[in-house]
Amino acid sequence: MKVYSYFPGCSLEKMASAYHVSTVETARRLGIELRELEDWNCCGATAYFHVDELLAYTLCARNLAMAEKEGADLVAPCSGCFKNMYFANAHLKHDPDLAEHINEAIKEDGLEFRGTVQVRHLMDVFIKDVGLGEIKKRVTHPLKGLRVAPYYGCQIVRPQKDHEDVEQPRFFEDLLSAIGAEPVEYPLKLRCCGGSLIVTNRKAALTMVHQLLQNAVDSGAALIATTCPLCQINLECYQRHVNRMFGTTFALPIVYFTQLMGLALGASPAQLGIGTEVVSPTQVLECKMPAAATGAAARAKVPVA
Amino acid sequence: MASKLSFADEVANLLYATEGSPIRACIQCGTCAATCPVVEFMDHSPREIIALIRADRKREVLSSNTFWSCASCYSCTVRCPKGIDIAYMMYGLKRYSMWRNGARRHAIGPDFSKRFVRMIVKHGRSYEPGLVAPYLFRNGLRAMLYEALTALHMVRTRRLPLMPHRVKRPGNFRGMLSRIIPVGPGA
Repeated sequence: MKVYSYFPGCSLEKMASAYHVSTVETARRLGIELRELEDWNCCGATAYFHVDELLAYTLCARNLAMAEKEGADLVAPCSGCFKNMYFANAHLKHDPDLAEHINEAIKEDGLEFRGTVQVRHLMDVFIKDVGLGEIKKRVTHPLKGLRVAPYYGCQIVRPQKDHEDVEQPRFFEDLLSAIGAEPVEYPLKLRCCGGSLIVTNRKAALTMVHQLLQNAVDSGAALIATTCPLCQINLECYQRHVNRMFGTTFALPIVYFTQLMGLALGASPAQLGIGTEVVSPTQVLECKMPAAATGAAARAKVPVA
Repeated sequence: MASKLSFADEVANLLYATEGSPIRACIQCGTCAATCPVVEFMDHSPREIIALIRADRKREVLSSNTFWSCASCYSCTVRCPKGIDIAYMMYGLKRYSMWRNGARRHAIGPDFSKRFVRMIVKHGRSYEPGLVAPYLFRNGLRAMLYEALTALHMVRTRRLPLMPHRVKRPGNFRGMLSRIIPVGPGA
């Protein structure tokens, strides 16, 4: 059983608790052990980097050093946490002066950064370490006929980490196909959901959410699958605001990709935190129903003005 | 003797840590402006901001809402044909405007970020209700009502924490941060 240091991140403690439970359940069913970091702290999100870069890297370094102590690569399901810690790790590895400076600080908690672990996104671990073939083999309840819009959002693909495709990635679609679902093609799959602008510039964020929802619905998606708690919250919890602002009638469920994987691997909805959504996906996810019915139900639910 | 830095040099200094090209590499092609999902809400597009910085128009840059409108989606960064990390530049401008405490017409961005930092210094983890609550009145009554309904649903489904979560060793945590920059209690 492969072991990883697990960094849930602040959102997964509550607002995105469904992401946390479905992550743990899906990983377990795929034979992966996620060991939660014993005293992780916030990765700095975007807001800490607005104020002080060095302190924000220090926050990340403390987590990285804890993972090093465990001797296991760090896995984050939240795209934002993943991106912050990935780049903090890279910068600290490339800049010994920076690492020395920050090591002076994290010594306070008996920690040291040495650059011995990698930072991975949960989806990347599933796809590369477990493998699509293996996932396919373990699927007991393929999500036949479920039309899913794979929403990458920003930080799982941008900024570029290595030499991966940042314009037309296909890994999310491939993963959805492996669990028997039907990924829909829609041009805005990499477009930003607005992130924290939902607080600081509401009008801009709602405009962005509106475009995404419209594009996914136009492509015939019955729901959107996300890899990031902030995307999930923006797309789900602000549909009412969007409907009011744009005269639309969206009721599009937004789920975590781990919830879909868990279902395909035979977990029950309750084990995956399904049932806590503002826009309920249960009707759409009655995936044993014939394909045509699922599509029709989805279309009936999402008429667009 | 130290000579006074131009604004363009100051911005260049802000970007010392980026692996991207310096902004003088910009060819003003406008790819950043075309790719930016928030550009319609900005006073100046990212391309214009770079042009203004290079023209040393400090006041116009700092009084624009451009960098506080940036959602950090990095579309401009990955598409810039000259390899300038434009999103990183926006972070630099945010920090600069906060350090210099420049006049802020668009107050929510910096206020939100400062509030976030205070929360992390105190608890080590973020707590969404505490972050969002001060801004609930900003978007009108109906928006507030919608938010209240969502919040109620989240309390019912236990998605809304009533108390902040904390790191286990807050003393060590704050001690660590003050080794970088002194942060007083409640700072």
